[in-house]
Amino acid sequence: MTSTTPLLEIEDLHVSYLTRAAEVPAVIDFSLTVNEGETVGLVGESGCGKSTVAMAIMNYMGTNGLIKSGSIRFRGQEITTLGPEQLRVLRGNEIAMIYQEPMASLNPAMTVAQQLMEVPILHLGASKQTARASAETILSDVHIPDPERIMASYPHQISGGQQQRVVIAMALLANPSLLLLDEPTTALDVTVEAGIIKLIQEIARKYDMTQVYISHNLGLILETCSRVCVMYSGQAVEEGPVSALFGAPKHPYTHGLFNCIPLPKTDKRNAPLVPIPGQLPLPHERPTGCTYGPRCRAFETNLCDHQEIPYEYIEESNQHVRCCRWSEIKPEDLIPDKVPVANTHIGDIVLEAEDLSKHYEVESPGQVLSTILGLKEKIALKANQEINLSARHGETLAIVGESGCGKSTFAKVLLGLETSTSGDLTHDGIEIGRIGVQQREQKQLAALQIVFQNPVDTLNPSHTVGAQVGRVLKKFGVSQGKTDTHEKTLELLAKVKLPDEFYYRLPRQLSGGQKQRIGIARAFAGRPSLVVADEPVSALDVSVQAAIAELLMEIQREYGTTLLLISHDLSVVRYLSDRVVVMYLGRIVESGSRDQIFEPPYHPYTEALLAAAPIADLRVKKRDIILEGNLPSPLDPPIGCPFATRCPRRIGEICDSTLPDEQIAAGGHHIACHIPLEELNQIDPVFAIEDN
Amino acid sequence: MIGVKPKILSRGFLATLINLRESPVGLIGAVIVLFWVVMAIFAPLIAPYDPLAIQTPFAKPGTAAPDGGLFLLGTDQKGRDVLSRIIWGSRTVLIYAPLATFCAYIVGIAMGLAAGYRRGWVDIFLSRMGDIILSFPVLILYIIAIQQFGRSNLNIVIAIIFASAPGIMRIVRGLTLEIREREYIAAAQVRGEPNWWVMIVEILPNARGPLIVDSCLRVGYVIITIGILGFLGLGLPPPDPEWGGMINQGRQVALMFPHMTLFPAIALSTLVLGFNLMADGLRETSLKD
Repeated sequence: MTSTTPLLEIEDLHVSYLTRAAEVPAVIDFSLTVNEGETVGLVGESGCGKSTVAMAIMNYMGTNGLIKSGSIRFRGQEITTLGPEQLRVLRGNEIAMIYQEPMASLNPAMTVAQQLMEVPILHLGASKQTARASAETILSDVHIPDPERIMASYPHQISGGQQQRVVIAMALLANPSLLLLDEPTTALDVTVEAGIIKLIQEIARKYDMTQVYISHNLGLILETCSRVCVMYSGQAVEEGPVSALFGAPKHPYTHGLFNCIPLPKTDKRNAPLVPIPGQLPLPHERPTGCTYGPRCRAFETNLCDHQEIPYEYIEESNQHVRCCRWSEIKPEDLIPDKVPVANTHIGDIVLEAEDLSKHYEVESPGQVLSTILGLKEKIALKANQEINLSARHGETLAIVGESGCGKSTFAKVLLGLETSTSGDLTHDGIEIGRIGVQQREQKQLAALQIVFQNPVDTLNPSHTVGAQVGRVLKKFGVSQGKTDTHEKTLELLAKVKLPDEFYYRLPRQLSGGQKQRIGIARAFAGRPSLVVADEPVSALDVSVQAAIAELLMEIQREYGTTLLLISHDLSVVRYLSDRVVVMYLGRIVESGSRDQIFEPPYHPYTEALLAAAPIADLRVKKRDIILEGNLPSPLDPPIGCPFATRCPRRIGEICDSTLPDEQIAAGGHHIACHIPLEELNQIDPVFAIEDN
Repeated sequence: MIGVKPKILSRGFLATLINLRESPVGLIGAVIVLFWVVMAIFAPLIAPYDPLAIQTPFAKPGTAAPDGGLFLLGTDQKGRDVLSRIIWGSRTVLIYAPLATFCAYIVGIAMGLAAGYRRGWVDIFLSRMGDIILSFPVLILYIIAIQQFGRSNLNIVIAIIFASAPGIMRIVRGLTLEIREREYIAAAQVRGEPNWWVMIVEILPNARGPLIVDSCLRVGYVIITIGILGFLGLGLPPPDPEWGGMINQGRQVALMFPHMTLFPAIALSTLVLGFNLMADGLRETSLKD
């Protein structure tokens, strides 16, 4: 084979889905060339067609997908016209794909060994023994500890990170030349994600494998890829080497994306995020000319909306861009004038937790007989242990940690959905931890509200927006009578920047961001003094995230509300919060002001979290810290420091045997670690920002 | 490249029925059901004779009637016009089957919501009760109940509620268990809504889809049940014409005069088929959006 033939060439690809009502054009005019050994990133928001492109490369379009026109050539061979038998050889042997949900990619009824061995047996015609041998080798290649045990396990018996490693191993087994990764880490925790990313990089080098990496996360793309292609509304709008695209983006949409991400240089007071106005056009409502036109701040009538915009090649930076004004646009033009923001007044303590613990009683897995007789032993799951924290009026307090750290349990106790086991939790000086929601007074209920994570689930699909917001107003006595409720609901809708006609809409007629706005309106309807924001933006697209984050802060400032931000996303936390609490396995390991948390001295866990979160900024240089092992079971937590089992800075026996005391550094910064503060102070920052 | 805007199917009870136009199978079912509904409503206008009037016994279909008309489907042993009895019989079945199903739904929904939402001992108690009832052969249950309490319209409805409610409870409980974990339920709890509000306003409307489909199927089963009871002589008391009873009466002479059993049986099965097809159609359209 000559090196001049690219591995994969996609030219003028058009893909449509045929639905009952109409043909939905998902990809319109997409071209991309992938050379051997390259890792190309495909970025875009949901609905932009990036997964459809991946499916088209596999020629696996489902029953209603259709490649309308264009060509996909793999090693010069056209694959859009291949028959099923030829496709079967191509998939697996030449092209393999890794999906987002590892649990959904593995067959729950087969052991890992069976599933892995199937690949060489089917694709390479290997014997059982050789298949088993190669399965074992590949498992150690993806750094799975104790491959013997994993091979004999069923998928549900191993952790999410290990599942994804098995999926990667399975894709590698037939030694494909092209690997398609569709959001391979989105379902995983940050520290686990970091491990998988490192593995993917390593595989690319070791096997010299070409990869197409699909993600909505620009930070991950920067860490893994050499070239990026940005998609918008079914088209490629910009493409180029990572250094060029991240250093000097050309397309206004790419600029917009970068302005939406809470990078280290952003600041909620001085350098706020710039949301992209409007929303992605529906496939059947795409405007003529530039598809991004209606949302673009550099839009010019009669130029941008006139004709189809050509995909221009820029020689000097080896970039493609689909914008007719790219050479004239300056980055500053794309940012609206800054409105100075008043500093919020941070007042008295509103919420205080003292030695708060919440234990759940769970049944230990018993023998069959004792299960039937209901004689199972009860053991305590310690979801929250001795939590000490306080939040002030008007402040944003973030609780950070990975899944299973107990941050949501704390919120449940606070809201009264659960009651505490021991310790105190006071709101405005009144104990609330032991009072369930049914026993709370109306004033207390109104004072503590929540914004949920999942926009799909946050609104009742059966009732109109107006009815749901109005109910809260009536319930908390903010409005009296029908007309008053109607008016006040409209006021609230205006506050979350939605027009009056949304009053009569049903949730399914709204986009994710709009639902989240209604969720915010509902939470603030009763004039709460404290609002829990449980991952308020993590399920949203990047451009919508920025708008929701800004809205949340705007309303917070107006009402002087305390915001309790629960998140695993450190960049969001850094941007939004004033103070931060880091939790691990039900305990607080570090707490302090935002700057104290993001700069040394760190708790080793915070350090690992910071190192794990990818940052989409070329100027940020980060250290690599990959945590080994899994989160210990909360049913059987370590006796000593909860983090001791995975800690890269473990100092010895004392970590396993003794619970560390909180050390108090300057300015009320607490760290629960055995390593002396002086030593922690010596640690270098996890990332450094280089100035140009 | 601009396509057509996809049609959005509307929801709500009436809208669910309107959506049936999207499914040919459901549409056929709805037409059959509608046919019988029209028969039932306009029975006095459509039926050629009084269903209780005694005329020529054992007339075969197509025989001329004394008044110069035609016994289109013949007459029975007592000389009553079969066609008229079938038409009037649709009235009986279309009153009692939906009524019994509706009442069974009220009971089943109340039990299912309580069991699924409250959990704990309420759930254990209601579920075990339901299991006990469901573990009896239904028919024997009916026979015992009706023999014990007598043959009356009310008792038949009560017996059907008793036998159907546990099944409905199971469906509602399952749906409730799933819906109660949604965030909008937590939102309602956090604003201190009482339990009945959460169950009826927040949960129930979202369980609507599967329940509408199931109710349609269930009406069909209840029609069969009423038919069986009538056939066994435990049905709605005479003299109102009733399909199961007609089949039973014609049974003894079925070889000689098949029309006495055949036509009411066809009527019964078309109506049940209609409801089943409609349920299929409703399921299909509810899956589409």
